[in-house]
Amino acid sequence: MLTLEDLSLSQDGFDLSLTADIARGDRVALLGASGSGKSTLLSLIAGFLSPDRGRILCDGRDMTHAPVAARPMSILFQDSNLFPHLSVFDNVALGLRPDLRLSAQDRVRVDDCLSRVDLHGFGDRRPSALSGGQQARVALARMLLRDRPIALLDEPFAALDPGLKTEMLARMRELCDERGLTLVMACHDLRDAERLCDRLWLLEDGKLVVDAAMSDALDKPPDLLRPWM
Amino acid sequence: MAALVCLAVLGPLGAVLWRADGPIRLGASDWSAIRFTLLQAALSALGSVVLAIPVARALARRTFRGRQALVTLMGAPFLLPVIVAVLGLLAIFGRAGWLNGALGWIGAGDVQIYGLQGVVLAHVFLNLPLAVRLLLQDWLSIPSERIRLAHALGFSHADMRRHFEWPLLRATLPGAALLIFLICTTSFAVALILGGGPAATTVELAIYQAFRFDFDLGRAALLGIVQVAICVCAGLMAFGVTRRRDIGAGLDRAPMAWPGDTRGSRWGDTIAITGAALFLLLPLLAVVMQGLPAVSGLPGLVWAAAARSIVLALASAALAVSLAVPMAIFMVRLRRPALVEGVAFLTIAVSPMVIGTGLFVLIFPVADPVALALPVTGLVNALISLPFLLRALVPAVQQAEATQGRLADALGLRGLQRLRHALLPRLSRPLGFGVGLAAAFSMGDLGVIALFSTPGQGTLPLEMYRLMGSYRTDDAQGAAVLLMGLTLALFWAFDRGGRLNADA
Repeated sequence: MLTLEDLSLSQDGFDLSLTADIARGDRVALLGASGSGKSTLLSLIAGFLSPDRGRILCDGRDMTHAPVAARPMSILFQDSNLFPHLSVFDNVALGLRPDLRLSAQDRVRVDDCLSRVDLHGFGDRRPSALSGGQQARVALARMLLRDRPIALLDEPFAALDPGLKTEMLARMRELCDERGLTLVMACHDLRDAERLCDRLWLLEDGKLVVDAAMSDALDKPPDLLRPWM
Repeated sequence: MAALVCLAVLGPLGAVLWRADGPIRLGASDWSAIRFTLLQAALSALGSVVLAIPVARALARRTFRGRQALVTLMGAPFLLPVIVAVLGLLAIFGRAGWLNGALGWIGAGDVQIYGLQGVVLAHVFLNLPLAVRLLLQDWLSIPSERIRLAHALGFSHADMRRHFEWPLLRATLPGAALLIFLICTTSFAVALILGGGPAATTVELAIYQAFRFDFDLGRAALLGIVQVAICVCAGLMAFGVTRRRDIGAGLDRAPMAWPGDTRGSRWGDTIAITGAALFLLLPLLAVVMQGLPAVSGLPGLVWAAAARSIVLALASAALAVSLAVPMAIFMVRLRRPALVEGVAFLTIAVSPMVIGTGLFVLIFPVADPVALALPVTGLVNALISLPFLLRALVPAVQQAEATQGRLADALGLRGLQRLRHALLPRLSRPLGFGVGLAAAFSMGDLGVIALFSTPGQGTLPLEMYRLMGSYRTDDAQGAAVLLMGLTLALFWAFDRGGRLNADA
């Protein structure tokens, strides 16, 4: 269970305040216009920002001021966020050991993750030699290797073409089903949200204005959601 | 215009080559000057970049009150006339300086500033800010997404070094070191004051001595060729080793703190920033404190020299701009701008002393070079400023063409009309900066003018050098404050003017 308790933050004239719970295994789509607070909320949950007030609890443990790496979360960033000077293998291996001192067993795990995302044999390449979709899959492999129960996705597939985006969302869905991941994904497109998530949050000016099951939201859309349909 | 610059640079070089024709050989003292030039430039470059690493790292990952002001102030030595910087260093590290005063107080021995150590110290003082800026610029351009990723993956201090710093340093450091090496090989004023003597003479200084004291044009010409060869080799190596920065692009979020912060790293950063600030700012403070009371009593010849320097700086800046603007436009229109950029590079690779000597050789048969000392100095100073002006102008012309070019094409704007309506309004800021830089460089120059000038004809830096040479220390310190004030004021006035026009 991820609990956002009376969370608030004022930053550069923007105010975000919110209270919400996310049950284990929930897949929440965070919808909202640019500047509505999606990325700010994800940054608060991830630990890149500290709230002015309120608490973030993971299974009852207060994580409000925990360092980013100590939280039970892995993050898929807006771009694939790969180190250009490292090979695909090393980029994935960073998820296991930042110093890249890998045991034989670690190397097998990295290879397994690359195979899971259909990148077997790509380990020696540099990110610049990969297509956008392949780069996204490298980032996904790194997330797989991190193996944390909560996944935060900051519009990770926004730059991909529609076909690749559909493929990545399907892969992500498969991963969530298999591992029972709790997921929070910021996105702009209701169709993307529908493909992956079972719960919908709509943010407006830093406030949570719609919180509904995806099926309910699509069957009987609240007025605030209609412009997104 | 590019051809004109080529001619202005290569013409004197050709004249020098012509004069060198003959059975002239490098003597033992010339080889010694070559060895000293290479040694001091290598040590200066090494010292500057090694010291710059902790300072740039500290400035990149710390935010504190006054940080921006400190970064700006650390740029001051770049604009500062070399002779003022040397006087400031003498006030701290000289025989009667603050450091020796403190060492004497605790009963320790004296520190000697003259010779190799003094030349290297001065070059590190002048080039450390440049090295810091080059590294800082790269460190600050690390995408914040990458730093977020490092936080998320739990990077330690050592991981940050391995995955962030090392790739950046590998890309930036060799180029920065060779650039500083190149700058230091053309050192004249520093070697003139802190070096000298057979053991501490640079090639530039040897050219000056051959020309001024021995009037041995053949030897000066040969040394000029050696100087050009050193500069061209260093320049080509600098261009050759500059590698593409390999840390990727980001989404330009606000900068954030680095992971893996420890008490030790915080202390290390504090020491690096404080040490650099003291090293760079104390000499300037010493110049102001010691020289300010003497300004009002400065002799008339200093004020006359100041007036000549201002006129020279303005003329030189105007000439530099008249050359740089058409060249920048040409570079942007040309499909292969490397050619024109090469012309600007020529002005770095060919030393001012070589151009000066060449111009003397060219002028000598038709006119009295001494009578033309100021115009020749103005021309050389304008040529030396060109690379900096082009660096500032070319991106702005590119931007202006990208945003207004099609509209100007559609309206049929050509020539001066295009320049006036489509380009100049967008060039105001870099032009102001570039003119300020050119004026400041010219104001503080102590190079070519020393070759030609006779008493009563000198610029302010030359007059100040003469005062130092005749042990009129108070007057020299007063002249230093005047020179520093005028240089910074000229830069500020033009830079500010450019910004105001840009905002209008």
